[in-house]
Amino acid sequence: MNHFLLAINLALIIEKLVLIIVVVFASLGIAMYATYGERKVAAFMQDRRGPNRAGPFGILQPVADGLKLFFKEEIIPNFSNKLLFVMGPCLAMLTAIMTSAVIPWGDHIEIFGRSVNLQIADVNIGMLYIFGVLSLGVYGIMIGAWASNNKFSLLGGLRAASQIISYELAMGISFIALLMVTGSLSLKEMVLQQQTGAWWNVVYQPLGFLIFLICAFAECNRTPFDLPEAENELIGGYHTEYSSMKLGFYLFAEYINMFISSAVMATLFFGGYDFPFVDESALSPNFAAILGIVALMAKVFGFIFLFMWVRWTIPRFRYDQLMYLGWRILIPLALFNMLATGAAILYFHK
Amino acid sequence: MQALTNRVKQVNRSPMNFLERLYLPAIFQGMAITLRHFFKKKVTINFPEQQKPFSPVFRGLHVLNRDAEGRENCTACGLCAVACPAEAITMEAAERQPGEESLYREEKYAARYEINMLRCIFCGLCEEACPKDAIYLSETFSPADYERKQFIYTKQDLLIPHPVNEPEEYKKALGNRAKPGNKS
Repeated sequence: MNHFLLAINLALIIEKLVLIIVVVFASLGIAMYATYGERKVAAFMQDRRGPNRAGPFGILQPVADGLKLFFKEEIIPNFSNKLLFVMGPCLAMLTAIMTSAVIPWGDHIEIFGRSVNLQIADVNIGMLYIFGVLSLGVYGIMIGAWASNNKFSLLGGLRAASQIISYELAMGISFIALLMVTGSLSLKEMVLQQQTGAWWNVVYQPLGFLIFLICAFAECNRTPFDLPEAENELIGGYHTEYSSMKLGFYLFAEYINMFISSAVMATLFFGGYDFPFVDESALSPNFAAILGIVALMAKVFGFIFLFMWVRWTIPRFRYDQLMYLGWRILIPLALFNMLATGAAILYFHK
Repeated sequence: MQALTNRVKQVNRSPMNFLERLYLPAIFQGMAITLRHFFKKKVTINFPEQQKPFSPVFRGLHVLNRDAEGRENCTACGLCAVACPAEAITMEAAERQPGEESLYREEKYAARYEINMLRCIFCGLCEEACPKDAIYLSETFSPADYERKQFIYTKQDLLIPHPVNEPEEYKKALGNRAKPGNKS
């Protein structure tokens, strides 16, 4: 009896461990190549070529950048709080990667006679977990700004923190409207509904998707909301005093945030791992899972391209314009969206 | 009030209509422009595989000239050193010995001739001052290096290749310039 229980637990633990390792390394790799993609996309939109010397077409450029950051000198300011100084980037990285635990990367695959779910933790409050971790993400920036012992960093950190918490509200309210349509907080449940239902959620909630998209731009500190790290406004913002790998962590955490936000938006509004116009139940499970992963990755890359496309098109907001947009335009709009959705649900499902 | 010129442009100061206040249509227009540029031809050239051509009067690195038989033109008169505004040229003269007629044109020649490329401002005044058509500025520019010492070019670095012994290199080093020997 004991031997039998032990066998099941070990297999489960190994399965989850492998899944965690694969997801973490995949998100690190994708974030690394997102930096390369950013430089290439920026260059192409500015009529130039971008990095093309490190390896063919500049493919090894992120590796070179990572090595450069490792070899730089570690400077910790004398009068800063050393523990907090080191903890800031670690927190930012931690909360960035933690959100990847509840995203369904595909359907199940069947190997070694077991059915492995391609989601690390299928909690039934998936979206609430994501919002919670998002709120924790503010700590990384604030701690980094405070521990730098630098007025400009502190200002930058304050702006970043207030920006993030302002846009979290509009994000949450627009998600509530989606929740009314779906009826479940679990991300897997949402994907299943979109897979078996008529349309993807973006058709039911276009305004909600727009608000969510704008708030995702603000959460990732991405142009036009990138005042906290604007180099010509605040020198460096909250990462002025950082050098070498700690700076690398901050920059990396931003790209991982971008990747995860894209994955969340793709899951909530665009069907997640649902391949359009294909009936997955008719195919073998492994092939359907691979197709699902390919579909999700295509959507995620599309969103990442959108992030970069908007960055190189529009100028950034001034701080008061940013706050005005968050509190006085997006929150009323999200509330209106929620009320309209409630009214529509009552009307159609009576 | 009457306009001062007839090139006055009327600026549209009407308040923004609803679509303009949304900002989203304007943003989409901007994004369309950016996407168009994404697919356009790029203006960068892949240096050093492709290079843009220099004009024939480009002032680059100095070259000490030889005449058609391969004898050095420079007589170490010092006019280029005096003309140089940055004092980059130094030289030491020497007398031509009886066996060296094929090496040097006149009885005085430059035993040591050095140009400090870090001081040189590539103005071309030395080329204008030289009475023997011995020094001119060519089309290459000074390559980068790690130590200051490497930038002091000696006579060996500056001399043009021998026209009789190494004709292809001589032709290449001459470039687009007019034929030597039209000044004396």
